[in-house]
Amino acid sequence: MSKSPLSIYVHIPFCVKKCSYCDFMSFASTPEEMERYRDALLREISEAEGSAQYEVQTVYIGGGTPSWVSPCLLAEILDALRIKYEFAPDAEISMEMNPGTLKDGALEIYRSAGINRISIGCQSLDDEELKVLGRIHTSEEFMTTFKAVRDAGFDNINVDLMSSIPGQTAEKFRRSLEGVLELSPEHISVYSLIIEPGTPFYTLYEKGELDLPSEDMVLETDRMVRRVVAEKGYKRYEISNYAREGYECRHNLVYWQHGDYRGFGPGAASLMGRHRFTNTRDYVEYMKAPGGEKEEDFTLTLREAMEEFMFLGLRTCAGVSEEKFRLKFGKEITEEFGDVIKDQVNKGLLVHENSHFYYTEAGMDVSNVLMSEFLE
Amino acid sequence: MQQDHIRNFCIIAHIDHGKSTLADRIIEKTGLLTEREMQEQVLDNMDLERERGITIKSQAVRTVYHAKNGEEYIFNLIDTPGHVDFNYEVSRALAACDGAILVVDSAQGIEAQTLANVYLALDHELDVFPVINKIDLPSAEPDRVAQEIEDVIGIEAMDAPRISAKNGIGIEDVLEDIVTKVPAPTGDSSAPLKALIFDSLYDPYRGVIVFMRVMDGTVKKGDKIRFMATGCEDEVVEVGYFGAGRFIPCDCLEAGMVGYLTASIKDLKETRVGDTVTNAVNPCAEALPGYRKVNSMVYCGIYPADSARYPDLRDALEKLQLNDASLTFEPETSAALGFGFRCGFLGLLHLDIIQERLEREYDLDLVTTAPGVVYKVFKTDGTEMDLTNPANLPDPSEIEHMEEPIVSAEIMVNTEYLGAIIGLCQERRGIQTGMDYIETTRVLLKYDLPLNEIIYDFFDALKSRSRGYASFDYEMKGYQTSQLVKLDILINKEYVDALSFIVFKDSAYERGRKMCEKLKDEIPRHLFEIPIQAAVSGKVIARETVRAVRKDVLAKCYGGDISRKKKLLEKQKEGKKKMRSIGTVEVPKEAFLSVLKLDSDN
Repeated sequence: MSKSPLSIYVHIPFCVKKCSYCDFMSFASTPEEMERYRDALLREISEAEGSAQYEVQTVYIGGGTPSWVSPCLLAEILDALRIKYEFAPDAEISMEMNPGTLKDGALEIYRSAGINRISIGCQSLDDEELKVLGRIHTSEEFMTTFKAVRDAGFDNINVDLMSSIPGQTAEKFRRSLEGVLELSPEHISVYSLIIEPGTPFYTLYEKGELDLPSEDMVLETDRMVRRVVAEKGYKRYEISNYAREGYECRHNLVYWQHGDYRGFGPGAASLMGRHRFTNTRDYVEYMKAPGGEKEEDFTLTLREAMEEFMFLGLRTCAGVSEEKFRLKFGKEITEEFGDVIKDQVNKGLLVHENSHFYYTEAGMDVSNVLMSEFLE
Repeated sequence: MQQDHIRNFCIIAHIDHGKSTLADRIIEKTGLLTEREMQEQVLDNMDLERERGITIKSQAVRTVYHAKNGEEYIFNLIDTPGHVDFNYEVSRALAACDGAILVVDSAQGIEAQTLANVYLALDHELDVFPVINKIDLPSAEPDRVAQEIEDVIGIEAMDAPRISAKNGIGIEDVLEDIVTKVPAPTGDSSAPLKALIFDSLYDPYRGVIVFMRVMDGTVKKGDKIRFMATGCEDEVVEVGYFGAGRFIPCDCLEAGMVGYLTASIKDLKETRVGDTVTNAVNPCAEALPGYRKVNSMVYCGIYPADSARYPDLRDALEKLQLNDASLTFEPETSAALGFGFRCGFLGLLHLDIIQERLEREYDLDLVTTAPGVVYKVFKTDGTEMDLTNPANLPDPSEIEHMEEPIVSAEIMVNTEYLGAIIGLCQERRGIQTGMDYIETTRVLLKYDLPLNEIIYDFFDALKSRSRGYASFDYEMKGYQTSQLVKLDILINKEYVDALSFIVFKDSAYERGRKMCEKLKDEIPRHLFEIPIQAAVSGKVIARETVRAVRKDVLAKCYGGDISRKKKLLEKQKEGKKKMRSIGTVEVPKEAFLSVLKLDSDN
């Protein structure tokens, strides 16, 4: 019997310093603590159930700042995963890296550990903006890091950029974007800043002290990104993601296609079939019983699974496939979501073509409004 | 008990001057209750009243006082509602008394409401004696306030008890004053029964409980009684008096007593406040004076936010009406809001209370339309109609003229804020009818004001422009011809009946403009542009636009944390569920009350 595909996420909750906008689970730490954390992770991995039925297609080591911990530690974690799970020969193995954190000799260790995709958190090439964001690096450090990664032989590199930074204009953003494009990465993600409760930015925002770009400027920036990136031969394949042909992030596509994934580490989410569970975000709790304490643990109803399949799939430019929906749920999309689909198609925001439903560019721009209509 | 050992009295005061607290102390000191039984405020037994610090339904309590002269007296303390909305009920409660204690705050002195209540009491020929409260406050000026009472009201106040109801100081003096200054009742127990209804209450087990003061005659179990105004006849099941918070049956009630009767009465409408109860077999010659049917002053539409709960709303209104005969309602249909009720209230406070009780006690989520007054429409065909719902206004070509209700208002204000308050009254189309200096720094302003100018936010405006110092009281004066028009609102070119309101012609443009601005803020942005227009007689006089949403997208990677993504979408969806659809536009229910907030930015 052939094995089912699985994706694996590993969370590394350590950062040199927390950025002003970040509400992910991360904090500064010591090498000793990091080793203790590795042990906890290894325990969670070794105790994971049902590993035999899967073949791992992608691994994503995110954070936090995975590049800040000892590279050997990441290699040990990957070894543990390989002992536990069978890996596909062409598995995509990504890790996140922040400029200014790279350790000597690390890149060679990553390569030998099987890591074949690097995602660099650049955010901006404007040093003022980097300061505002509370990043620890300069644009120059990013350049150095990128070149080092490239020189080490990595041929699948992503660069994260951020829009809607306080004080940012479309023109400033364009300069960052063009600077990155000159390096010719295989993949670019453009996320807009979101003000999350509990972050320093939120406090400033509440006080009215954040100079956020207007809706019109954000829209203008967005359109500029699409145009400039397309000119350079990248294709938008999801709301925030652009790639050269064949370099789409396979790991993220699994999320959007409602595939199976298993998360390890505090706050990591898993979806196996319709079973969803997320580890506690509390680091101390996690360390006491790795993978034992859950923040959520339940089975999606059929309807919930269908809703998620829709609103996640519609994030991608290819959209949702009628065939896949039928195979997964034994039902027609139009049977379950007929009214919403008809309404959005009539408004010219949703397209029905080649047995797929996907959003037009205008639809993508207001996708929150549209996707919410798929919820009961 | 002989009549000369009975004292029937009430306490009158401006709001917050300490009426309920004094009532508590009187009950406490007369020993009917142990301290343990004392609720904090015995007379106010509804949660809602306690929170608002006001008394809605009048009640009475009977206590026994052992006076310093060694005699035992029965005190019947009748509580009166403290708000102008319930003026008629106050007047009936006063009519059931022989004397009144006037409580005045020793820091604040006389307020407009104090005056209004005193005049009302004097009109009912009650002996009024003052009590100066809150003497323990640092800002207390009891002597100045005593002087003020003498100067302004003209009653003796120099030897008025100086008390602190809160701390129990001087309560004995008040009790002795009740014995010596409130006259004993003088009814004839052998005459035919003549009793005044001053309140009634619906009890699911006993039917209506009628609160009354026996003026003449006697009433006991088994008597056949008649309500003179309604003509209903019933057989008495029980009579009794009021312990604190409970009913204590007795054999009979004689002239001079205050008590209750039950007679298996199912409908509160049979037992109207102010009506006279007499013996059906041996009736009195004529009813007591002063009865009138209470009319609703303010109307609004009340709709369930979830239209499926229309039957629940009807049930709730019926239940509330059992205990509140002054609440009226009849079904109506709105194109925008579906099925609901047009409800009539004594005033805005009454409306507020009913709305809160519906939401709190019956767990209903409501959409309320802007309150309006009752206009008289005189049509060209010679007929006349009462207009309670703006949507029913006939075509202007059929209208000969219209009249609106006018009130006489009294406003007490410090000279410092006189200009601001006069300005406010002028903006509200007031006509000044008097201005008296009570002291060198305090003025009593008298104005005739259209009721529809004060039902919205007049009170708030008054408070804010006088930094809380002005006090206000009013009573209905009558109707007056006025230039009135109906202001219609169109959302996305669609006429919204529930947003129409009647407005003075010269204010139409201003209010229309503000209304559009307000709605622009209230209505969330949609995927398309939404014009909001105000129109009079089909002519658009103001316009605003709700811009279309151009961008609303979650461009952030939460990785596999789908629950988080979903929560964001659910929040979006939830917001929408709470709204009403007007065509393709989702309108939050608060928008239907926008007209109330037009001046809040001033």
